[in-house]
Amino acid sequence: MWRYLFRKVSIYVVTFVVAVSIDWAIPRFMPGDPIQGLLSRMQAQPQASEELTSFYTEAFGFDVPLWKQYLNFWAALFQGDLGLSITNYPIPVTELIMGALPYTLALLVPAILLSFWAGNKVGALAARRKTLDNTVLPMSYVLTATPQMWLGIILAWVFASSLALFPVSGAYGFALQPEWSVEFARSFLHHWILPFSALFLVAFGGWAIGMRNLIIYELEADYSNYLASLGAPTRLVRKYAYRNALLPQITGLALALGAVVAGAIVVEIVFSYPGLGTLTLNAIENRDYFLIQGIFLFLITGVLIANLVIDIAYVFIDPRTRVGMQGGA
Amino acid sequence: MSLKVDGLTVYYQSLRGDVKAVDGATFEIADGEIMGLAGESGCGKSTLGKSLVRMDARMRYVDGRVELDGKELPVWDDRKMNPYRFKHVSIIPQYALSALNPTRKIGTMATELLASRDIPLNGVVDEFKRRLKIVGLPEDVLERFPIELSGGMKQRVVMVLSSLLDPSLLIADEVTSALDVSTQRAVSELLVEFRDRGFVKSMIVITHDLSVLYQIADTILVMYAGKLAEKAPAETVVHAPAHPYTRMLISSLPEVGVRYAEKRLIGIPGRPPSLLEPPTGCRFKTRCPLAFEKCAEEPPFVEVAPGQAAACWKATA
Repeated sequence: MWRYLFRKVSIYVVTFVVAVSIDWAIPRFMPGDPIQGLLSRMQAQPQASEELTSFYTEAFGFDVPLWKQYLNFWAALFQGDLGLSITNYPIPVTELIMGALPYTLALLVPAILLSFWAGNKVGALAARRKTLDNTVLPMSYVLTATPQMWLGIILAWVFASSLALFPVSGAYGFALQPEWSVEFARSFLHHWILPFSALFLVAFGGWAIGMRNLIIYELEADYSNYLASLGAPTRLVRKYAYRNALLPQITGLALALGAVVAGAIVVEIVFSYPGLGTLTLNAIENRDYFLIQGIFLFLITGVLIANLVIDIAYVFIDPRTRVGMQGGA
Repeated sequence: MSLKVDGLTVYYQSLRGDVKAVDGATFEIADGEIMGLAGESGCGKSTLGKSLVRMDARMRYVDGRVELDGKELPVWDDRKMNPYRFKHVSIIPQYALSALNPTRKIGTMATELLASRDIPLNGVVDEFKRRLKIVGLPEDVLERFPIELSGGMKQRVVMVLSSLLDPSLLIADEVTSALDVSTQRAVSELLVEFRDRGFVKSMIVITHDLSVLYQIADTILVMYAGKLAEKAPAETVVHAPAHPYTRMLISSLPEVGVRYAEKRLIGIPGRPPSLLEPPTGCRFKTRCPLAFEKCAEEPPFVEVAPGQAAACWKATA
């Protein structure tokens, strides 16, 4: 057991180091100079510009060779320092991310969990039931094949622009400030529904199809036939099939996390939702190295931790992995 | 009479038409009888066994009646069959090694199954443990997952579970096929013990291995290409078979003490016919050395000697 855990955790640590290194490298290999961009936005005088350039180069640590920048980056990382934002100088990156993170989590977590739960239930219900299958399956295929961004645009167009049931953009009303009040909560929920739906529906379709196919496979498995031969009611046979079909779905959840996060980023952009997605777009547009790095670091860590949790949880829900770890049978 | 089957006909549905796997099976099994059901692969023996308990999705009931203990079994109606399954007629499936849910402890699975059939647990669980001991398994297998048991252990767990409610008829489908020879012997002797202890009233043991049947069966029913070929006491089938197919089947078995270096063991030349469009008349006529004109007509399955029935024109003549 402990050896298994140790092996798993080591793999994740190696993955983390590699991912963070790539994360550090990518913005630096992007074309364009962030400091020139910053200065051009300031519209500084030519003389002042030269001095500002050297000031900012030093402030952001670009005056040392690349390998030293890389080491400095790791050293700062362990102190929880992700650097200063270039666009919003001198606000620390951590502060910007912490401001945006709650909005992204408020979209992502319910979208992932609810779509997983509902998609699996509906898929299981549809399997081997003619009418339900004939409606749920094609609908799910359409949903899962739809890009979240496109679905987001359609939802915004129909429910926000045409029907005016929901606001088109933002996370709360213009007149409001984030605070713990009923008024803010209502406004937040009102703004939250459309982007959430775009994420939820696409993921829902995928889970429903997956579960439907897995259940059919499980219902044809020997243990299902044996139960039925002993006169077990359909209820019990389906319950067992559902539990066993859920296992590969949980593995799928770990794999799908990255895609859902990417989906959330584009959906946020569609709805100008003030989460990490919108922040990423701004950061990339302005070549804000530290901000891009910081956001990706958060996403990488989040996805890796979620995967690790699922890996460990799997040991407890599937007895077969436990036996495999002991080297038995 | 424990079991009475009259003209049971079951087809498989396929894209190319009906596969006539069991065609007009008519036989009886007495109380306490262990009937062996033998034949080559694809002759319909498993289909016959399964159709007495639960037809799978591709199987189609065509005709026939089944009576168990004087009451009609509604084999054609999956729903109506449910109350009879497990309690009156039960099966040890061919796939016993994978018949247990891999993610449930054996004890949990058994209690959930019993509860779902509204069977009070108190007496039954103790009986389950007692019978596990009889087949040589420790009580703690109830706390284990199927993956933690060996093939022979799984086979015995399924045997005990299937016969737990003392059914009138137990169908044992290829219970020995996946096991090594010594385990085979132990398992087949357990079947006899189950009958002797009264756990099951009568039994159908399906196998392609005639030597196993000779050891444990009271009577043997031989099938060929979906039709009954011969039914007789085990001794008679082995020593005085009436149907040429049975005769050739017996002669293709090796004998103890005989060296086959000089003399090749003779099999049955040719292959069984396709059951999609089986030959008219006697289905064995294309491979039968005794075939003559009359074989173009279908031979009836009739008594040829006391206690021995066969479907062959030569045997009746």
